[in-house]
Amino acid sequence: MSALAIVFMIISMLTIWGGLALALIHLSRHPEKTDDDVIEPAHSL
Amino acid sequence: MSSQSSTQGAPLASDKRETFSSRKLFILSAIGSAVGLGNIWRFPYVAYENGGGAFLIPYLVAILCAGIPLLFLDYAVGHRYRGSAPLSYRRANRKAEVLGWWQVLICFIIAIYYAAIIAWAAMYCWFSITKAWDKNPDGAGGFFMNDFLKVQEEVTVGFDFVGPVLIPMFAVWLIAIVIMVAGVNKGISRANAIFMPLLIIMFLVLVVQSVFLPGAIDGLNTFFTPNFEALKNPSVWAAAFGHIFFSLSVAFGIMVTYSSYMKRKSDLTGSGYVVAFANSSFELLAGIGVFAALGFMAYNANSSVDEVAVSGIGLAFIAFPTIVSQAPLGSVIGVLFFGSLVFAGLTSLISILEVIVAAFQDKLGWRRAPATLIVTIPVALISLALFPTTTGLYLLDTMDAFVNQFGILACALVIVIVLGAGLGMLPKLAKHLNRHSSIKVGTGWKVLVGGVGPAALGYMLINEVQTKMAEQYSGYPAWFNGVFGWGMAGALIVGAIILSMVPWSKKSKLDDPEFHQHKKNVEAEEIPEPAGKEY
Repeated sequence: MSALAIVFMIISMLTIWGGLALALIHLSRHPEKTDDDVIEPAHSL
Repeated sequence: MSSQSSTQGAPLASDKRETFSSRKLFILSAIGSAVGLGNIWRFPYVAYENGGGAFLIPYLVAILCAGIPLLFLDYAVGHRYRGSAPLSYRRANRKAEVLGWWQVLICFIIAIYYAAIIAWAAMYCWFSITKAWDKNPDGAGGFFMNDFLKVQEEVTVGFDFVGPVLIPMFAVWLIAIVIMVAGVNKGISRANAIFMPLLIIMFLVLVVQSVFLPGAIDGLNTFFTPNFEALKNPSVWAAAFGHIFFSLSVAFGIMVTYSSYMKRKSDLTGSGYVVAFANSSFELLAGIGVFAALGFMAYNANSSVDEVAVSGIGLAFIAFPTIVSQAPLGSVIGVLFFGSLVFAGLTSLISILEVIVAAFQDKLGWRRAPATLIVTIPVALISLALFPTTTGLYLLDTMDAFVNQFGILACALVIVIVLGAGLGMLPKLAKHLNRHSSIKVGTGWKVLVGGVGPAALGYMLINEVQTKMAEQYSGYPAWFNGVFGWGMAGALIVGAIILSMVPWSKKSKLDDPEFHQHKKNVEAEEIPEPAGKEY
């Protein structure tokens, strides 16, 4: 593999997989809110 | 509305609209919908053909400027108006109902042929073990066309059924109908909770196995080597926008329907980012796995990767079987690859069917099971009548090409124009998104959806019209493309107009008291200006 191809492989992985990691971290820092006026059904899963 | 069923006619819907029991299950189901056959067999070739490693730049621009903003638009419409596509658009504006029915009919067309491809992939799992194509003198290509599909020479529509395609297609429909009847939580959520982890594990194993094949490095070199000259070509940018648009399942009505099942205080934009980047992450993985395998194929044939690189049906059902026959532990590669296609396809198929089922369930006001059966059984029968035949491949090819361009693309363009410039709804929808979302949207989002969106979609549509007008698609007879391509695309619009004219009965969900309460709560939660981080 050429050096340029390796560099672009790493950039692609960092931006796309890194983007997913950041999105997941961001979401985990904002916990799910509950609809307080809604009675939660029993979870089936 | 009470939970009692009516004593006359079809049973009424139960009182409450189903919701995904957790955010995790919504995200998993949305990813299951977005990750489909295209991620595996389309993205690797599109990226390779449009600049290789350099494609990353237009690809990321397309995700951030069109994919994610349009995804948020779908989420906002479905979540605010809390209905299937026709009901949501109807609640947004009485005249907009037709757009929802257009999406329902587009999903109907996709569903009838999508099931056929899943059935082929399921059969190829078995063929990977027996390496059935080795016996054909013309190799995997000859096996696929002649031995398996028994494709006849004349391009027409016939009813000569092919048993080994009909039986697995019947099974696919049976599984899909069972999942759909079970509903959002017991069916769709549960199916995605099982199939998606399986898909990810199987695909990861496949990629690891592929990158250790001889020649794999050459494949990866071809895939990632950037061609910066390509970035000067507008068609490369159009390819990136087009790919992201189809890959993320925006404007199909799917995300409108799924987001209508989210809880009121959901973080719509935060979830959307996860869905969009998970979809792209899977595509990148597919690019690595597919090009590593193609590198091995080229190595074995003593040719270059450029000569063996293909996409779509050619990649899955001709190139991959060849790799299965030649690679060490080839049967394992085959089962993992075709199994992945089956799971990716099934999770997308159920999301496509949900658009249709939810629409009729809302309009008829029926309970889940009868509404599902009355919709899915006729869809399955039409699919089983048209595609497991000696002419099914031609029909699939034409319908797929035309419904994508003159169905989805055209419908998306109309929607962004109607919601943006036409009805001026973007400020209202931005307010809706900002109620509980962790990433706020503002002027930037409105410009992207109302300006960049229509410009990009319009450019792609004009290009496609010119291409399809210039020559007969796939060299098929004019009458065939006229009826099943242009005619079908036109019939979807006529059908949508007719369906939107059918009045909503008292039984329907149009005046659902639950929605009025939802609307009141939602409006009370709106904040006047975006605060915090802005899109």
